[in-house]
Amino acid sequence: MLPSLSHAEILRYSRHLLIPEVGLAGQQKLKAASVLVIGTGGLGSPVALYLAAAGVGRIGLVDYDVVDTSNLQRQVIHGTSGLGVLKVESARQRMLDLNPDIRVEVYNEPFTSANAMRIAQDYDILIDGTDNFPTRYLVNDVCVLLGKANVYGSIFRFDGQVSVFDARQGPCYRCLFPEPPPPGLVPSCAEGGVLGVLPGTIGTLQATEALKLILGIGEPLIGKLLLFNALDMSFDFVNLRKHPRCRVCGPEPEVTELIDYEAFCGVPGHDHEDGSVGGGYDIEAAALAERLNQGNSIRLLDVREPHELQISHLENATLIPLGQLAARLSELDTAEEIVVFCKAGTRSARALELMVSAGFRKIKNLKGGINAWARQVDPSQPIY
Amino acid sequence: MPTLRIPTPLRPYAAGQSEIKIQGSTVAEALDELVQSYPALRQHLFSEAGDLRAFVNLYINDEDIRHLQGVQTPIGEGDRLLLIPSIAGG
Repeated sequence: MLPSLSHAEILRYSRHLLIPEVGLAGQQKLKAASVLVIGTGGLGSPVALYLAAAGVGRIGLVDYDVVDTSNLQRQVIHGTSGLGVLKVESARQRMLDLNPDIRVEVYNEPFTSANAMRIAQDYDILIDGTDNFPTRYLVNDVCVLLGKANVYGSIFRFDGQVSVFDARQGPCYRCLFPEPPPPGLVPSCAEGGVLGVLPGTIGTLQATEALKLILGIGEPLIGKLLLFNALDMSFDFVNLRKHPRCRVCGPEPEVTELIDYEAFCGVPGHDHEDGSVGGGYDIEAAALAERLNQGNSIRLLDVREPHELQISHLENATLIPLGQLAARLSELDTAEEIVVFCKAGTRSARALELMVSAGFRKIKNLKGGINAWARQVDPSQPIY
Repeated sequence: MPTLRIPTPLRPYAAGQSEIKIQGSTVAEALDELVQSYPALRQHLFSEAGDLRAFVNLYINDEDIRHLQGVQTPIGEGDRLLLIPSIAGG
């Protein structure tokens, strides 16, 4: 039995009720439905807003972060007044303001192998709005193991991807990407950036697919992958097929329970830059400033991209973008003391690994990058 | 001439181009030619043993080359090759 709609709800959803493909019965299906949105960031923002506005009766939100100023360029569910507030709380308030007739359930915790099955089991559909590879493989495997649809969206700079992975009827995420890329090969949005409106485009498409699945109308993106590029304004579709030996949804699956996804991908299950490499290779910004003031000769190696120099810079630094470093190591002297830095320490950590394996020994990583320098040493430089 | 679409994450290694005209009668020949013109792309597409990396998805028009004849798949005039990147941002 589908839930009935009050007079107030009938007025609220009037524009849905007028569409024959939705109608009263469709709106009742939406009210009876439950969707779990994993991540309330760039993708999760439009997803959660539109599902709330559409009247999806029960929406779960998973996130462990607080709202930060650098989120607001794209995470439109949050606002300046919510800075420092838990993202799930900030999102819930906005959703209930938009539509007080729905239920919003919040999980202020990282989505991990330890809690994922418990959180996901009571929802009809999962929406992947995460920002890292380990959590994407986790969301996929949860959906395959529980027999649920995974409405997938992913973004980088100007590129976006959308699909519906439902292993009961088609391929899963692992059929398309059996293996994650090697750590460091694909930059995250925190390192590489993203056009603010892009998650709006992609997240809105994910919300569209979720509503179609609930309503049982149209052609869902099962077995198809949409590739969007904002610069070319191109939408390409490719056919996806079940991988005959898929490790989780194939006929002889090796993955029959959740695994350690951070170990599988070789990267942490979040998109935060902690800015250190460990192993005695880190130097704090304040300590570097002191050594420079004492007149020590230290080569400062900036591995950011040239356009980032316009934001902040260190005097007399040598610029070699990370992507060019391997080919340009001969420009550097292994006998020289070198401190390598980037924005916040992620790219410089990779540069340091590369240089250590190439025989550089007198090398340190500026912990927290030039942002830490701006914070600790030179407040005249902005943090980005 | 067939074309290859370069996804954003790989454009820095292909002189910033979004689409490249490629030559060759098979995927293997075209990719070989491509990485000779853009050596920085090689490590992103091929393992050290010279095989196409497992996470690289290459499509001809809308079909995965793995479901065709792999890198031996013939290509011709007007074919559009797509490289599908692994991206994880959200």
